Amino acid sequence: MVRIDGQGNGNSLIRARGLGKTYQRGGEATHVLQGLNLDVDAGDFVAFMGPSGSGKTTLLNLLGGLDVPTAGSVTVAGDEITRMSARKLTAWRARHVGFVFQMYNLIPVLTAFQNVELPLLLTHLSKAERRRHVETALAVVGLADRMHHYPRQLSGGQEQRVGIARAIVADPTFLLCDEPTGDLDRKSADEILGLVDRLVTEHGKTVLMVTHDPLAAERARVVLHLEKGVLVDTVTAGRAR
Amino acid sequence: MKYLPLVLTNLFRKKTRTALTAGSFAVALFLFGILTVVDGAFQQGVDVAGVDRLVVLNRVSIIQPLPLSYRDRLARIPGVTQVTFANWFGGVYQDERNFFPQFAIDRETYRQMFPEFVLPDAEWQAFLADREGAVVGESLAERFKWKVGDRVPIKGTIFPGTWEFNIRGIYRGRRVQDDTTQFWFRWDYLDERKTFLKGWVGWYTVRIANPDDAVRLVKAIDEHFANSPAETKTDTEKAFAASFVKQMGNIQLLIMSIGSVVFFTLLLVTGNTMAIAVRERTRELAVLKAVGFSDGFVLALVIAETMLVALVGGGVGLGLAKLFTLRGDPTGGLLPFFYLSLDAIVLGLGLALAVGLMAGILPALAASRLRVVDALRRI
Repeated sequence: MVRIDGQGNGNSLIRARGLGKTYQRGGEATHVLQGLNLDVDAGDFVAFMGPSGSGKTTLLNLLGGLDVPTAGSVTVAGDEITRMSARKLTAWRARHVGFVFQMYNLIPVLTAFQNVELPLLLTHLSKAERRRHVETALAVVGLADRMHHYPRQLSGGQEQRVGIARAIVADPTFLLCDEPTGDLDRKSADEILGLVDRLVTEHGKTVLMVTHDPLAAERARVVLHLEKGVLVDTVTAGRAR
Repeated sequence: MKYLPLVLTNLFRKKTRTALTAGSFAVALFLFGILTVVDGAFQQGVDVAGVDRLVVLNRVSIIQPLPLSYRDRLARIPGVTQVTFANWFGGVYQDERNFFPQFAIDRETYRQMFPEFVLPDAEWQAFLADREGAVVGESLAERFKWKVGDRVPIKGTIFPGTWEFNIRGIYRGRRVQDDTTQFWFRWDYLDERKTFLKGWVGWYTVRIANPDDAVRLVKAIDEHFANSPAETKTDTEKAFAASFVKQMGNIQLLIMSIGSVVFFTLLLVTGNTMAIAVRERTRELAVLKAVGFSDGFVLALVIAETMLVALVGGGVGLGLAKLFTLRGDPTGGLLPFFYLSLDAIVLGLGLALAVGLMAGILPALAASRLRVVDALRRI
């Protein structure tokens, strides 16, 4: 269940209240987000749409603990992340958030296996356990046979799949996808969206996705529109289950 | 250890740049190693000087002699336990470029005064029994391929004529720093053959009972011979050796200046290289932080990369310097102690790591302070 009216029942996985973000540039204040409320339950697949500059990525950054709001709060699984120190927030991100970026952001000198292994280096898992987790994640995204390839040896779609494997390998609480298909052709984009869809339906992941692509948004259960920093409406998407 | 592949792969992404940076460290540390060796060679006499030995010279200058009669007078001064003497010979073996120090020594006391020079008793006895006998250091013997029993002609420059000596012994040093390039022969042979200054010696070395009493004894000896035809100037052996080094200029200052310039340049070059390397990886570092790596980790990662380059480059440079010194003194006798010590190698590696740390700290701090959202937006 996704709500934007601030009337969530308190059992939401992600809860934002009065969320605001203002940037000061040259003495001028730019209000990117204003008094935003949001409740997302575990297992939801939410797409955020809106014109450029509407605050989609900023919202994602705030929900993922990459940035701090100038007003309001974000609570995830009972933890109010907006009150955490930078150090604690970093550790929280490692445990709870999987990021999927538009440009994949793989480290070019590391193999697919090593890229996916990165978040696990922060855990106490043994080398053998890390290997098992990485192989599982790469199998989920269908790249078990490409684990020793470097990013330059993979297609864009494959790189993004490695990015998704990296996002899910540590079994985070939720995934944040920032334009995951923005740099892909239609066919690759469909494959990636199919993969994200399966993560939700088969693995019960919670996914929040920013996109400009209406076809991508269609995959989500709920599509939220942002305009000038405000969530204006909630639309149950065409493929909502 | 699990982060080591991350450090290594980062270093190998630009192999040429990493090799050149490590090469800078190698060149700088090679130079450091050689400068340290040269400094050590100049300071060697100071470092190995006996703490309980004083050197007594003629007050006018080192080349003015002292009467042999001073030997017994010195021995009677309270606090003095042993006296020996020697004379500079200054001869030439085959060619003037074959420089090495030759000393006419008192055969009865010299060996006891300098126990750091070791040779078998049988060889020493053979030396004592042969008026033309000589004892040479092992480096000198090796240099001219001399062995016991060889006959060596030396052309006198101060004391004219050709002097022939029989090598009766080869000494070695107890410590690696001990000078093994000397040539000793009997003073009584010199005194017998020379035509002038008979009964005079070059300088005395005395052993004192208590090193803490050195200052008092230096004064006492010089006062004892005051107002005599040959007044003395006494110094500790260390001060005597140091005064020799000083005569050649402030070698240490020169070496320190060269070393400082080299290391400062290295610091700037490496710092700039690391700053470029970090700037190129802004997005990657931001991703690392996004997935949960802390600011401290990113700081440590960049510093570890710089320090690893410094360690490898520095190690190669010091290794080459060590190899270079293994071939011995390249000057043909001017720097008899041409040796890179373990202490110097450790110091060099420490310096390389310190430069690596200093060069890496600013780029590393910049990387650690990187805001993820800014960095991802910037590119």
